[in-house]
Amino acid sequence: MDKHQLNDHRTILLRYALLQLHDEAVAEDAVQETLLAALQTGDSFRSESAVRTWLIGILKHKIADHYRAAERHYSLGDPTSEDKDDPSAALEQLIFDGKGHWIGAPSAWNNPDHALEQGEFWGVFEWCQKNLSEQHARAFMLREMVGLETEEICQDMAISHSACRVYLHRARLGLRECLEQRWFTTKRTS
Amino acid sequence: MPGTTLVYYQENIMKTCKDISELLSESMDRPLTWRERWTVRVHLLMCRHCSRFQNHLNFLHKAAERYYPNKR
Repeated sequence: MDKHQLNDHRTILLRYALLQLHDEAVAEDAVQETLLAALQTGDSFRSESAVRTWLIGILKHKIADHYRAAERHYSLGDPTSEDKDDPSAALEQLIFDGKGHWIGAPSAWNNPDHALEQGEFWGVFEWCQKNLSEQHARAFMLREMVGLETEEICQDMAISHSACRVYLHRARLGLRECLEQRWFTTKRTS
Repeated sequence: MPGTTLVYYQENIMKTCKDISELLSESMDRPLTWRERWTVRVHLLMCRHCSRFQNHLNFLHKAAERYYPNKR
């Protein structure tokens, strides 16, 4: 394990840490500590994906340490618990009818790239993301923001491959629906 | 082969928008098989709703990628 190899994983680790810690400086520290710890052990791995899984494992401990030290009573919740009473299972029934046709068909979005340049859009994006079920949002963020592969998400969240697929799909359906209603439909007139 | 054509024809007409939306979502996470790609492609030729959905998925991906730099 050399420094260059570790640095390649840095970006993904940092995004992962940001997802949990919401503070850039704290996240940087946690990643730094992770990389140091990794360098010290110097284990060798056959594949790149094994390295990443291992690094994320260390990082998770660092993040847990942070919460333990900073806020003794802070509850991380149980990240492995699956939604038993899944509210967004109903989402699909609102979007598709019994025959699998769109009910509220996707509309044409007016100049979506322009939205990315607007500060206000990101507020709506975050709002929509928070509106998803926690598990679905997490799967989506790990995939699209952190950049993990589906396999890694299954491991991270301790869910089956099919659950992972469903979470990602529902997160996308929900996020798309929300952005359409909260941003693209309302903004079109302006 | 006429047989193969029939198989694809049947598969395509049996896929609903719901099925196609799932495949489109999965295509963001893994390469679709040759057959899946065909199914999606034929469906998209006929269905502008699912075509839009595909555009929107790409947009979500782009937005998510930009999310962190935007926080800085």
